[in-house]
Amino acid sequence: MARATSVDPVTVIATESLSKRFPRVTALDRLSLDIGPGVTGLVGANGAGKSTLIKILLGLSPATEGTAAVLGLDVATRGAEIRERVGYMPEHDCLPPDVSATEFVVHMARMSGLPPTAARERTADTLRHVGLYEERYRPIGGYSTGMKQRVKLAQALVHDPRLVLLDEPTNGLDPVGRDDMLGLIRRIHTEFGISVLVTSHLLGELERTCDHVVVIDGGALLRSSSTRDFTRTTTTLAVEVTDSDAHPDGTAALRGALLAAGVRPHEGEEQGLPGAGHILLLEATGEETYDLVRDTVAELGLGLVRMEQRRHHIAEVFRPGTPDAEARTMEVQTP
Amino acid sequence: MTPQTPGPARTTGAPLPSGAAHSPGSAQPPGSTRIHDIGYRHYDGPRLGRSYARRSLYTQSLRGAFGLGRSAKSKVLPMILTGIMCLVAAITVAVALAVPGSTELPMEYTRFAIVMQALIGLFLAAQAPQSVSRDLRFKTVPLYFSRPIERSDYVLAKFAAMASALFVLTGAPLVILYAGALLAKFDVADQTKGFAQAVVSVALLSLLFGGIGLVLAAFTPRRGFGVAAVIAAMTITYGAVTTVQAIAFESGSPGAVEWLGLFSPATLVDGVQTAFLGATSAFPGGQGPGAGVGAVYLAVLLALVAGSYAVLMRRYRKVGL
Repeated sequence: MARATSVDPVTVIATESLSKRFPRVTALDRLSLDIGPGVTGLVGANGAGKSTLIKILLGLSPATEGTAAVLGLDVATRGAEIRERVGYMPEHDCLPPDVSATEFVVHMARMSGLPPTAARERTADTLRHVGLYEERYRPIGGYSTGMKQRVKLAQALVHDPRLVLLDEPTNGLDPVGRDDMLGLIRRIHTEFGISVLVTSHLLGELERTCDHVVVIDGGALLRSSSTRDFTRTTTTLAVEVTDSDAHPDGTAALRGALLAAGVRPHEGEEQGLPGAGHILLLEATGEETYDLVRDTVAELGLGLVRMEQRRHHIAEVFRPGTPDAEARTMEVQTP
Repeated sequence: MTPQTPGPARTTGAPLPSGAAHSPGSAQPPGSTRIHDIGYRHYDGPRLGRSYARRSLYTQSLRGAFGLGRSAKSKVLPMILTGIMCLVAAITVAVALAVPGSTELPMEYTRFAIVMQALIGLFLAAQAPQSVSRDLRFKTVPLYFSRPIERSDYVLAKFAAMASALFVLTGAPLVILYAGALLAKFDVADQTKGFAQAVVSVALLSLLFGGIGLVLAAFTPRRGFGVAAVIAAMTITYGAVTTVQAIAFESGSPGAVEWLGLFSPATLVDGVQTAFLGATSAFPGGQGPGAGVGAVYLAVLLALVAGSYAVLMRRYRKVGL
């Protein structure tokens, strides 16, 4: 199997001062990327150039200047070969309602060059992997949004690509559906061995799913680094306690006690989230911080509802005071 | 995904390694909770590429024009129309066989498609939108273009499939007529010549009608409008042209008759086959174009076919990814 590339640390997507200018807009501005195997998030507000980049990577739209290569193939000259090895899941609806998922995905497999028998087998396999079972024989028109997203994902995976480009795959899904889809995206790499480039305007969900995150804004690279780099500098501890008769406001009591012990919880973070007032955030400097919290809570006679590690947020790459105000207003989810 | 359709492992209890169930952000426990079963299998078989994909799209679209591989409901209209075409041909043959002493079919081969033009228009009106409007309306087109096939492959496959479907629709009755004529022991050379000329004629008709139908359908993603537009372009122009031709003929300007025929697809084909394929014109008074004007007819017909292809190519440049 000529699959070494998904294991070796080679470049899956490389761009070199890639620019795309339209008469009135610059969609991409000297973008240089080097993306290896794994799950890579492409973050940017609407209009940041994500879709333009995908078009260029599929060899469907020539760059104004600069070069790009996907799986080592030049997008300008070897688009057809790239499209044979790459899967694409568009952001918008793309499914005819009057055929079944099976018929549709079989057809798309053949459009990717799979012989009829292989197309059928791969379709059955792929639909099972994305979590579609009996319903795959029913017309797509009757599917829920989540099921439709799975069909869209299946058509992108059916020809066993080495890379899939997923454009906003969690759009329109409820929180449970979102988590399922993110889990599925993670599995595409960990279990199927297929590299993933996933776009989103939601930073939080990419933090959980991706090995690497690329942030673009106005067509230019804002930051590109692994999610660990984004989030590992310090560990934040979230603590939630119950109230007791002795301490009607358990959170305040704990805050006081911790201050007395020399640990200063954060002030005023997580505003606007449900229950935010009842969660204390503090920096964990080591094992002793955990012990201190445990002991302090016990001494106060409060119930410890939770104590969990909370990683720093990708949102923090948009530091306050920088001109990326627009980007900073992007929706942020807590892990 | 709604709660009703949770991840694989939870719905069915299938022994799948369920990454979806892992809490996000937690490291994958290396091998600890994995149940090994039919995991993901890679595909190592052949990838047949662009020309195979184009052929597959052609086959699928051609079958689809007759409702094959689609729901039972969508088979009804194309099958009925094909049935009527063949039935009329069979009746024509039956008449020829029943009338004693007849030496030829009661209808010229070339005349058949002109007589049946309304049915052909109806078939086209129903099937052209089915073939292209669906992909546009449901935005399936980008899925094609993210694969090895190119814009020209898509347009060629759809065009060829539509023309082939019309060729089957118009050619099948000709085969019945020809078989009947041979059965009736009519002059073989004569019959073969007429049949061959008609086959060429319906091939041109299929290309012309197919092209016009697809262009109209490609600009009307709403299926209903597509149907109406095709009927208007085919049947209504035919009615209008033949009416004006009749008026021109009655009012004593037969010269206008042969030029008026340029303005509807069916009369255009009639003009070409009158000039070059030995047909008797269906124009009033048989005033079909001669070779000179006929060349104009042929040029217009070919220009329309080529123009349809060019317009479709332009259209799909816009709706790509």
